[in-house]
Amino acid sequence: MIGSPDVVAFAKEDEYGQTSPDPWPLPEEFSVPLYPLADSNPWAKTSYAKFTKDFILISEFSEQVGPQPLLTIPDDPKVCGTFDLNYFSLRIMSVDYQASFVGHPPGTGYPRLSFVEDSRVVLGDSKEGAFAYVHHLTLYDLEARGFVRPFCMAYVAADEKKIMLQFQELSLRFSQASECLKAGNRRAFAKELQRKLRDLEYTHSVLQREEGLQREAGPQSMYSAHAVEKANELANVEKSIFEHRDLLKQISSYHHRPRRDPHAATYDDEEEEGVKRKLSYTPQLIKAKSAKCFDKRLKTLQELCDKTFYEATVELLKETERSFRGDLCYLYTRRLDKALQRKQRVTAFLFEEDLSDDDEDELGTLRPFCAVNHAVDNYVLLNPPPIVLTPEPHELDALERPEHLDPASETSVTQESELGLGESHLESSPSDQTLETQESSEETKGSFSSDKSGVGLAEMQQSLVSMKSEAPDPDSDLTPDPNHNLERESSSEEMETTAGEDEGENGGHQTPVSLLEVVSELEANREEECEGVSASELLVPIDTACCMAQEGFLYEASAPEAVPRLCQNSHLQPSQTLVVNQEPQALLPLQDDYTVGSPCSESPVTGLELPSGLLGDAVSRTSAEDGSDCTMSASTGSDQTASPLGYGAVVTLRQRKKAGQGALRFVRQYPFAIQALWCLLSGRTLVVLGADEGRVRRLVAALALFVPAPGKCGERVQAWLSCPFTLTDLQRWKLIGLQRVASPLGSSMLYSLSRYSRYISILDADQKTLRCPPYRGQLLANIADHRTYIRRGSTYFLHLQSTLCHLAAKTFLFTFTHHLHLPVSATEGPEVVESRRRCFLQEQLGLGEEDSQILLYLSQLITQQYLQPNGSSAAAPSFSFNYTTSILYKI
Amino acid sequence: MLRWILGGREAQSSAEEMIPCMNRLYLQLTSRPAKAESCQSYNSQLREITLTFLLMLPRCASAGDDGLVLVWNVETGERLQELRGHSQQITAITTITCKNEVTVNTSLITASSDRSLSLWDPDTGNRVQTISDLHSSVKCLLVLERLCVWLSGGEELCVWNRDFQLQCQRPNHSDTGITALIELPKNYIAAAMDKKIMIYSLTVSADSSVSAAEIRCLSDHQDQIRALINVNDGLFASGSHMGELILWNATDWNLLAYEHILWEESQAYNQTEIRMGAPKPSEMSIQHLTTNGNLILAAVGSGLYVYSVQTRSVVAYRKVAHDSNVLHTMLLSDSELMSCSEDGSVRMWEIQDLPLPAEPASSGFFGMWSFGRSNKQSGPPSKKVIDIPNIRMLELTGDLIGHSGAVQMFVSFKENGLVTCSADHLLILWKNGERQSRLRSLALFQKLEERGGL
Repeated sequence: MIGSPDVVAFAKEDEYGQTSPDPWPLPEEFSVPLYPLADSNPWAKTSYAKFTKDFILISEFSEQVGPQPLLTIPDDPKVCGTFDLNYFSLRIMSVDYQASFVGHPPGTGYPRLSFVEDSRVVLGDSKEGAFAYVHHLTLYDLEARGFVRPFCMAYVAADEKKIMLQFQELSLRFSQASECLKAGNRRAFAKELQRKLRDLEYTHSVLQREEGLQREAGPQSMYSAHAVEKANELANVEKSIFEHRDLLKQISSYHHRPRRDPHAATYDDEEEEGVKRKLSYTPQLIKAKSAKCFDKRLKTLQELCDKTFYEATVELLKETERSFRGDLCYLYTRRLDKALQRKQRVTAFLFEEDLSDDDEDELGTLRPFCAVNHAVDNYVLLNPPPIVLTPEPHELDALERPEHLDPASETSVTQESELGLGESHLESSPSDQTLETQESSEETKGSFSSDKSGVGLAEMQQSLVSMKSEAPDPDSDLTPDPNHNLERESSSEEMETTAGEDEGENGGHQTPVSLLEVVSELEANREEECEGVSASELLVPIDTACCMAQEGFLYEASAPEAVPRLCQNSHLQPSQTLVVNQEPQALLPLQDDYTVGSPCSESPVTGLELPSGLLGDAVSRTSAEDGSDCTMSASTGSDQTASPLGYGAVVTLRQRKKAGQGALRFVRQYPFAIQALWCLLSGRTLVVLGADEGRVRRLVAALALFVPAPGKCGERVQAWLSCPFTLTDLQRWKLIGLQRVASPLGSSMLYSLSRYSRYISILDADQKTLRCPPYRGQLLANIADHRTYIRRGSTYFLHLQSTLCHLAAKTFLFTFTHHLHLPVSATEGPEVVESRRRCFLQEQLGLGEEDSQILLYLSQLITQQYLQPNGSSAAAPSFSFNYTTSILYKI
Repeated sequence: MLRWILGGREAQSSAEEMIPCMNRLYLQLTSRPAKAESCQSYNSQLREITLTFLLMLPRCASAGDDGLVLVWNVETGERLQELRGHSQQITAITTITCKNEVTVNTSLITASSDRSLSLWDPDTGNRVQTISDLHSSVKCLLVLERLCVWLSGGEELCVWNRDFQLQCQRPNHSDTGITALIELPKNYIAAAMDKKIMIYSLTVSADSSVSAAEIRCLSDHQDQIRALINVNDGLFASGSHMGELILWNATDWNLLAYEHILWEESQAYNQTEIRMGAPKPSEMSIQHLTTNGNLILAAVGSGLYVYSVQTRSVVAYRKVAHDSNVLHTMLLSDSELMSCSEDGSVRMWEIQDLPLPAEPASSGFFGMWSFGRSNKQSGPPSKKVIDIPNIRMLELTGDLIGHSGAVQMFVSFKENGLVTCSADHLLILWKNGERQSRLRSLALFQKLEERGGL
């Protein structure tokens, strides 16, 4: 057995391990940290879970039937296995810590909508072997009790650590999904309200008409029971109209920004559409006693949210599920992999899969797997947030938190406050969380809330600002404010990229990102605010996890635009202190409290801070931004993976791995594979000639792995060509699949093949021959060994990747070594340089003539790429030839 | 700094650059108006290339049958300008320079079958001057910088000044019209028309108007004159359709030497071995003549013929240098030459001393390329070599394959490379790969320095 004790004993550190310290230790940031798992069997966790892999569960606390599961992602019953979703729904819905504030608060005449923030909880159920990140949210429903319907989304995994360490990313992702749902819901709710209002108004007019008729009928009927009833009814309807108008005002006053992305257009369209629908809507008479049937059908989640929003949410969650597949180790290595690749920007275009999209993601920090610190040089490291598995009580004052001093983090702060309580908990203390989870794992069923984090005064300040910022445009939900455009400029760069990327990638999704506006606006406002607010005010230690209900409230109160700032503050502060009910220790940012083995160090690049590294910091920061209450950003990756594959599409890693199998087969099947590979790697166009399209295409797909710099969409590869090619085709393509035809066209094709034989090598797939110059080098021997022991395509692919990577590294060295290309002194002629270059290639790199050609070609590619990074120069690309003889290889 | 090269003129000592690069040529392609537009069919054969060196930027202009003139940057292969205006094919193109006190402007003059002449500014792409409705289309152009005039030859000879004003007009009476014009010393002009060479004298009158008058008619050629070139200050040469090469004195217009290239021996060889019947005249037609002052290189049919001016004798020749007619030639040095042909290839040759008679003449090095007939027939010249004592070998040293149609013309830019144009609508820029790689490295390290590292 793998987990048998002797294996563990062998792995233990002993004197053998200590005697020979590794002379070439891996740079610390690339090492995978060892977890203090010695006391537990790493495989044990999953063993008693009743489900096979992680999934996302959406549940609702139905007012009719109680907690019920609605949906799992992936939507496959096999995933959950025997896991009791109903029971688990009950568990997770029972820990809703949302400060629901519903109904008629004392002192107000109309029902209030509670703008309740989401809450995030990590919950463990060790009996079931399930741990879950639970994200509670409420949606509005005119027919529901208190107009709210509580929902929750949970990421259910068997590994508690995975959830704890990925907490921020999970939180970010689910916040996005939640925002998406809520925005759709607000829209739907407003629409519903408008309809209801029309109904009511219509009813009102009908009733008034009736009353008028009665009045005409005479005074005797004035006081009849019927008339009284009518009058009451009319009054009721009037009241109802006022209530609904107020509700509509509330919901539309919700922070809803003009969108800067192209989706705004579709948004508007929808809006217009909505208006049209509204116009065509024929109001209905409402019965005075609306039947309060208990068995009335509640709206489904899809109905509660706009369909597009719902779909976007599901897409987001699917992407989330996808990106969290695999265990922690896998996630870490993938992250490391990407980080390493990012370091090789100069050469990565040669053989690596294209990362540019990911890079954009990276900038937008939407992707959770970016928490390796060296990947983000542009973020200011405030304090390397270590992950400690044992809680360290930090007594940091909120105002001393570096985030509050750092301008870059201000956005998060503002955001947070804007969002109110829920978001702030991204930075809230996880120490108690960790503690509690541990407890929870020890106890059978412990759950805890990570909510109710403390929010510093500054945040409160921000919340004031945010409220104020809302004040000027109460109808911002529907009309874009021109001011926002101006304020947008102040938003941070990463934010820009986020939004921009979303535009680019979301395609048809209705996923407006309005965060930018919010942040910038808030920032702008905050600045002036700060001027006006005295320092003493800033220092008032108020814990303001002001819930949005409160905020909405206050906002209503301060609706007139020109309320003086200070007046507003003084007005607001007391009311906020009223609702403070936070636990004071929850003041620390989450990332501060995790450390991987090592205590918190001051150096920015120490160790690999896993999910909460430097980038983790950034992530959390931006997550707070991204997850703002008015943001919905759909996942971007899903579109790519779902995009139809084929020519012109981005070549994905999966395709490349699949091609690895074909490449392995090619290498094993053809003894002259090494020559073919050499042709491709040294820049000689390889023509795969064959009559059978499928075979040629397969061969081309396999060989495409060896084409250096194939382009983002494999532009340098033509899988199937059925007409004679010309020189310009050779200029474009490095690997061509050519149809063999037995016709006059075929002869002209053969003519062009022989004509350009100096530029091409011809692999005949039918006769299994290869015509190309001879290759006698050793460099490719280990990737083109037809007696290789590698049996699996993916293994071969990785083997290949490492060899090619090695090659790219050599080429990098060669390309950027000055004296190998240019004379050191003025007296040196080109021959000296030439001989030095040859000496370097032959003696230091140990490459023969043909192997040198590979390096020279790769070096040329790197040079060109470096000189023209986007590859778009007015000059056409070039290719070269040598006068060398070709040899016909047969099988 | 400012000079122009039209056709194959001025082709000295570029051999140092071109020949070493034979081993590794760097090929840079510049495709014509883009593949995407190919449906609107760029149906033109590129016929002429004129190049200008201006402001240290080597440029060249190409003109095609579609009436379009394109200006290219030879260093990068970039297309700089597109000169549109002519509705029919371009028949002649040349450069004209205007020197002011400070600036030197180079303009292009083009003549087209639509019977118009245009003056272009290649920097802006504007048509500066146009003359249309000529009596006939112009077939050749000659610029006389010295007299500040230029001449156009067609069915009549016209003399124009810089401002495109007609100075004088001389009709001629042959059917074909003037096909070539060269400048002779003392303001004389030689014009080839059909089988005759007409000598005109240009006189500049007091009011700086120029008039032309026929002085003499040289009618020693038996067939249509195909090529007319200046050899040096004292000589000019003409070649005819039936293979006559005549050397003339440039001052008194006397015939100095007459060479009839007949390929007699090989003809006999062919007759016995391959087929019967006389060779077609096109097989010995002189398509193109080029010279460097010492040697005259004649493109005769599909062969090459090197004639020494001093010894008035053939130095080297090769009857089958290409698979079909040679269209353009160039002497790179006294021993190296290039030729291009209808078969789509450009070949480079070296005049080598004869190997020892025992050693068989071989073209084996390039045997693997698609030589076809040339392999078979490379025997005859070497046979003849034995008969004539001081004849030398013409050995193939390299070829450039890329065009799929007849290569109409090529122009060498020395170290900047070589431009070839072809009937397949491609203009290809060929460069020395090692030099290019050096330049790229230089640029790379410059950029590194600018950026201060990676």
